[in-house]
Amino acid sequence: MSAVPLLDVRDLTVEFATRRGTVRAVERVDLSIGKGETLAVVGESGSGKSVTSYAVMRILDRAGRIAAGTVTFSGMALRDLPEGEMRDLRGWEISMIFQNPRAALNPIRPVGRQIEDVLLQHGQAGRGNARARAVEVLESVRIARPAERYHAYPFELSGGMCQRVVIALALACRPQLLIADEPTTGLDVTTQKSVMELVTELTRARGMSTLLITHDLGLAAAYCDRVVVMEKGRVVETASASAIFRAPSHAYTRRLMRATPRPGAGLRDLLPEGAAPFPPAPIPGAPLLVVEGLVKEYPRAGGSLLGRLAGRAPAEAPFRAVDGIGFEIRRGESVGLVGESGCGKSTTSMMIMRLLDPTAGRIAFDGEDIGAIPARRFASSAARRRIQMVFQDPTDSLNPRHSAARAIADPIRRLGTLRGAALAARVEELASLVGLPAALLDRFPHQLSGGQKARVGIARAIALNPELVVLDEPTAALDVSVQAVVLNLLHELKLRLGMSYLFVSHDLNVVRLLCDRVLVMRAGAIVEEGPVERVLGNPAAAYTRELLAAIPHPPA
Amino acid sequence: MLRVALSRLGTAVPSLIGVVVVTFLLTRVLPGDTATYFAGPVASAEAIAQIRAQLGLDQTLPVQFGRYVADLARGDLGTSLGTGQPVLHEIATRLPASAELTLSGLLLAALAAVPLGILAALRQGSWVDHLCRVVTTAGVSLPVFFTGLLAVYVFYFLLGWAPSPVGRLDAFATAPPAVTNFLLIDSLLAGDTETFLAALSQIALPALTLALFALAPLARITRASMLAALDSEFIRTARASGLNRRTIVLTYAFRNAMLPVVTTLGMVFSFLLGANVLVEKVFAWPGIGSYAVEALIASDFAPVQGFVLTMAVLYIALNLAIDLLYGLIDPRAKEG
Repeated sequence: MSAVPLLDVRDLTVEFATRRGTVRAVERVDLSIGKGETLAVVGESGSGKSVTSYAVMRILDRAGRIAAGTVTFSGMALRDLPEGEMRDLRGWEISMIFQNPRAALNPIRPVGRQIEDVLLQHGQAGRGNARARAVEVLESVRIARPAERYHAYPFELSGGMCQRVVIALALACRPQLLIADEPTTGLDVTTQKSVMELVTELTRARGMSTLLITHDLGLAAAYCDRVVVMEKGRVVETASASAIFRAPSHAYTRRLMRATPRPGAGLRDLLPEGAAPFPPAPIPGAPLLVVEGLVKEYPRAGGSLLGRLAGRAPAEAPFRAVDGIGFEIRRGESVGLVGESGCGKSTTSMMIMRLLDPTAGRIAFDGEDIGAIPARRFASSAARRRIQMVFQDPTDSLNPRHSAARAIADPIRRLGTLRGAALAARVEELASLVGLPAALLDRFPHQLSGGQKARVGIARAIALNPELVVLDEPTAALDVSVQAVVLNLLHELKLRLGMSYLFVSHDLNVVRLLCDRVLVMRAGAIVEEGPVERVLGNPAAAYTRELLAAIPHPPA
Repeated sequence: MLRVALSRLGTAVPSLIGVVVVTFLLTRVLPGDTATYFAGPVASAEAIAQIRAQLGLDQTLPVQFGRYVADLARGDLGTSLGTGQPVLHEIATRLPASAELTLSGLLLAALAAVPLGILAALRQGSWVDHLCRVVTTAGVSLPVFFTGLLAVYVFYFLLGWAPSPVGRLDAFATAPPAVTNFLLIDSLLAGDTETFLAALSQIALPALTLALFALAPLARITRASMLAALDSEFIRTARASGLNRRTIVLTYAFRNAMLPVVTTLGMVFSFLLGANVLVEKVFAWPGIGSYAVEALIASDFAPVQGFVLTMAVLYIALNLAIDLLYGLIDPRAKEG
C-alpha cells in the first residue's frame, strides 16, 4: 500500500430520514484504497456496504445524507466539492458498476448510445468520432461484433453481456477508481468468472484501484488484496485476503465464514454452535417420481398471427427447452437439478409441478402418469396435494395482503379438509415445525425478515404433508447466515416427514450439502448424473468440471 | 411497422361489428317514438303510421338492421329528421370543428401539464409540486361549463379581450377555402393572417377551458411516472456516470416515463372529443357533441347512430396510432 491512499474514508456516518425518524445506515466507517489496490467490502444485507459506496460517489437518494466524516480522493475533499465538480469526477475519475446489469441500463436506448453519452459528457469524444469510440470501448470489454451490438437494446442481450456493457460504460473514460457493487450477483458461475476476470484484467492493465462490494466471502478472497468486513453499518475487521481466511479475528467474520457453504463442510458445520448431528438418512425407498423422455418445445418468435392463419408454417423448427430427459426420485431422497440459466431446469420443475404441459414424455408420480393430465385440470387432481413447491423469492411468492397464518393455511383451505379451530391449530403446529414464532403469524410479509418469509413459504409447502417438494432456488435470495439455517431446517423436515426433494439450484456448494444425487443439465439435456459426492468430487463430464472450476476459490 | 399496423387493424374488426350492432339496438330501445315526435302534437294516427312506414320503423328489427347495414356499406349514414340533412355530411362538417377544438385544448394541456409534472417530480414537496396539486385538483373539480362561463365573464364581458363567444368565426370574417376544415390550418395555408387571428381569438377561450380540464390527468400521470422513472436503477447508473442533469431528466427519465403519458393522452383525447358538449354549448361551437345531444333529445336515431359509429372508428384509429407510437418510444413494444 502506498503512503498516500487514492481514496481515504474517515469516520463516515450516513443517515437516512425515514418515517420512524433518523436511521444511521453507516456509522464511523474508515477505509482506504491505495493506487492499484483491490479492496473488498464484505457484509450481509443491511450492513451498509452499498450505502458507503453511494456516499463516496455522493449519489445517495434524497432521504440520505452524509452526517459526519471525510472522504478524500486524490487529495480532494469530496464532501465539500461543489456538485458540478463532483459530477465531472463521476464516470471520469471514479466510476461504478452495479448488481442486476439489465436494470442498470436504460431499457429504451441502444447500448452504444449510452456509452456515447458518457464519452461526450466527459469530453472523451466529439460528435464526429463518438460512435467509433463507443465501438472501441465495446470491443475492449470483449463484446463480439461490437459494431452490431452498438445498436442493441439491453433486453436483446444476455445478463453477462449487459454486465460487460455496464463495465464498458464505467471504464470508457479510464477512471482511477472502480466501485463494483455486487457486480456478479444473479449471474451464472461461469459468467461470474469471466466478468470478474475481465474486470481484474482491465483494472490491472490500467493501474486502476477497485472497490468490490459483495456478500460472497469466496469472491472477495479470490479477487482482492484486502478485505473489509462490515456488520450493521460498522467496520468490524480489516485484513489482507489471505489472513482473513486463515485467521479471522472478529466473531462476526468467523460466523460469516462458517455459514458459507464450502467443500468439506456438512450442513451442521454451517451453524454457529455445534447442534446435535443429524440422524443417519434413511435408505431411499421405491421410486416416487419417474420421468421418461420429457420434452418441452416452444415455437420460435416470428410467425405472425396473420401468417399462421394464412397457413404459412413457421420457417424454423421449434425451440427445445427440455430435450428428452429422464430421471427418477426415490422416496426420502433428495435430488439436485443444477445448471446455468436457460438450461431448462426451471421448465423441467414447472412440468413436474404440472404448471406447464410437456410436449412429449411421461411424468409418473407414484405409478400414475400425471403428465397426461392437462395443466389446467391438475389443480383438481388427487395428486396435486402430494406435490408442493417452495419458490425462489420469499417476498414475491407471498401475497402481500395475506398474513403469515393465512398464507400457511391457504393450501389447506383449497385442498384440505381442516377448518376453524383445527385449521388454526394446524397452522400453529406448522409454524413451530419450521421454527416461526407463533407471535409472528399475524404479521404481513413486509413485517417479516427474509428468513422468516422463507419459513412461511416452507410451512405453506409442507402444510398438506406432501410426498414430493420442488425447491426452486429456495435460498438464493437469502444472506449466507440465514441460508445456513434454512438449509438445515429443510434437511430436518425431510428426515422428520419422510419427504423427497427436487432441489433446483445453480449453486453447486449448496447442492452438495442438501442432496443425495445430482443431475447436471445443459441446453435441455442431462449431461451428468450420479451421487453428489462422486459427481462433484470426481466429475466425468467436461461441463461439470467447468462449473466446478468457475466457483471462486479463496487463496489456499 | 406496416405488418403490425395491419394486424392491429384486423383485431379491430370484431369490435367495429359489435359497435354497429349495439348502436343499432340501443337507438331502438331508447324511450320515445320517433314517428310520433316528428308527426307533431296534432297529427292523426294515420299520419303517424304513414311516417312510421316512411322511416321503415314498421318492419321487424332484423329487416331494419339489414337495411341499416346495407346503407352503411354504401356509405349512407341516413338522414337527420331534425335538419333534413344527410348525417354523413353533417358529421363531416361538424367533426373538424370538434377535432380542432379538442386538439387545441389537448395541445395546450400537454404543453402545460408535462413540464409541470416533470418539475413537480424533480422538486417533490416544493412550491411547484404544490402548484401542480392545486391546478390538477381545480382542473378536475371545476366543471367545464363553470370555468367556461367564468372565462367568458372575465375575458369578454369584463376585460373585453375576447370576441363574443359565438361559433368558430365572427360574422365579419370569411372562412378560408376548405382543405383540412381546421380553420387555423386552412387560413394559414391560404396565407390569410387576418382570418387566422380571428379564428384564433374565437378558439382561445373554449380551448383554454378544455385544457384546464385535460390538464389534471396529464399532469398527475407525468408526475407519477417521472417519479417512478427517476427512482429506477438506470438513473442511478446515469448519475454515477456523471451525466448532466438535463440528459438524465430528459433523455433517460422522461423518455422512459412517456409511455403512460401517451396512453393517458389518448384516453383524454377520446373522451374529450365526445364529452366536450358542455364547452360547445357554452361557446355555441358548431361541433359534433352538441349535434349528437340535440339528436338524442329529439329521438332522431340516424345522427345518434352516426355519431356513435364515428366515435368508435376514431377511437380505434387513435388506439392504433398510440400502439404504433409505443413502438417508436419503446423498442420492447415492437416484439409483441
